[in-house]
Amino acid sequence: MSKVRVLVGTRKGAFVLASDGKREKWDVSGPHFAGWEIYHVKGSPVDPNRLYASQSSSWFGQLIQRSNDAGKTWEPVGNKFVYDGIPGTHQWYDGTAHPWEFKRVWHLEPSLTDVDTVYAGVEDAAMFRSTDAGANWVELSGLRGHGTGPQWAPGAGGMCLHTILIDPSDPQRIFVAISAAGAFRTDDGGQTWRPITKGLNSVHIPDPAAEVGHCVHRIAMHPERPGVLFMQKHWDVMRSDNAGDSWHEISGNLPTDFGFTIDVHAHEPDTVYVVPITSDSLHYPPDGKLRVYRSRTGGNEWQALTNGLPQSDCYVNVLRDAMAVDSLDSCGIYFGTTGGQVYASPDAGDNWAPIVRDLPPVLSVEVQTLT
Amino acid sequence: MIRVVLPAHLRTLAKVTGEVQLDVPGEVTTRSVLDAIEARYPMLSGTIRDHVTQQRRPFVRFFACEEDLSHGSVDTPLPDAVTAGREPFIVLGAIAGG
Repeated sequence: MSKVRVLVGTRKGAFVLASDGKREKWDVSGPHFAGWEIYHVKGSPVDPNRLYASQSSSWFGQLIQRSNDAGKTWEPVGNKFVYDGIPGTHQWYDGTAHPWEFKRVWHLEPSLTDVDTVYAGVEDAAMFRSTDAGANWVELSGLRGHGTGPQWAPGAGGMCLHTILIDPSDPQRIFVAISAAGAFRTDDGGQTWRPITKGLNSVHIPDPAAEVGHCVHRIAMHPERPGVLFMQKHWDVMRSDNAGDSWHEISGNLPTDFGFTIDVHAHEPDTVYVVPITSDSLHYPPDGKLRVYRSRTGGNEWQALTNGLPQSDCYVNVLRDAMAVDSLDSCGIYFGTTGGQVYASPDAGDNWAPIVRDLPPVLSVEVQTLT
Repeated sequence: MIRVVLPAHLRTLAKVTGEVQLDVPGEVTTRSVLDAIEARYPMLSGTIRDHVTQQRRPFVRFFACEEDLSHGSVDTPLPDAVTAGREPFIVLGAIAGG
């Protein structure tokens, strides 16, 4: 019997939601690490019992927790994130040079092939790798040091590396996204990097087509078609058909093309999901209606999915790491809100129901499909 | 024996309840007490002071004998009452909010 485990990071702890393949009844465990901000929890594709969690607070800094039993027990592992060499400066909000300072881990991406290797995307933006299950962390400094680093500037949420996508067909190829520096790709396992922003157009920066400076909110790929990428930029939903070498807009008929999260159906590489948010100054859904939009055509033609979602007086946000899909035959879609709800659809978005309604604000949602 | 009071979240992290009692070799200073805390409870490394700079985290304070020791030198000997174990060295998570 298949099972699903939803890993939820919130402002006040982590939660594990578990169900069988019907996805109707859920067991809720947590809060784990009560009172701490949990930016991300993710399981290893190699061993689903191995979980990694990013735990932080403004008082006590960053911790990394590791579980070997699917979240029943946890142990703190290495939390020493030290930039390679002299970190130098990036641009501050006012355009002045500001020293690189480690603040927190936004995203943990376990290796597709090695249970003890895991990547961390951090603020101020950089990528680290551990090859000993989180005990020690080494910066892949070719990203921060590839040349444009001094031009990077933080978005409103900080200068965070929030997206890490490993190409399943070539683990040496990794995509990352940084707010508000843009998107980058390595083809040599993280040694060298280059911006992949051709075709992005951001009117809120001095040169709308600049190589860096784009506020990329999230990138998603289908694992069987890793050359095709979907991006929710600050404004604009974008697509690349050549591994990021160039992008074109697919916002189409969306009510607004601002938003944070984006994901792809587990079995249909051209079925894409976004949650449109009114604007960068109004971080809630248009018209107070929480609507997921689905394109079955790889973009441009979008359908509102509303069945089971609040269609009046709803003013929550859905953050960039707060949507995920399972890989059961009938693909499940999940997302969490800043109002503490985690919604699930067991039928690819046609129907939705809340798993939980009253968690702390949800920062991240990941799903494990267990067979 | 040096008595140390940790904030609630760090007690949970270190899996301790109540005060912590530590042997602190040599001169008893803020630095040597923190060294002893981190040696006994490695999971607390980086939570009270920065790994690299060894600077106190901004929202953490050090109190003892009704004095705020946060801004003094970490190498100044702590009060005799702390050294003798009559008073605890308090690591405090600063109150923030409104």
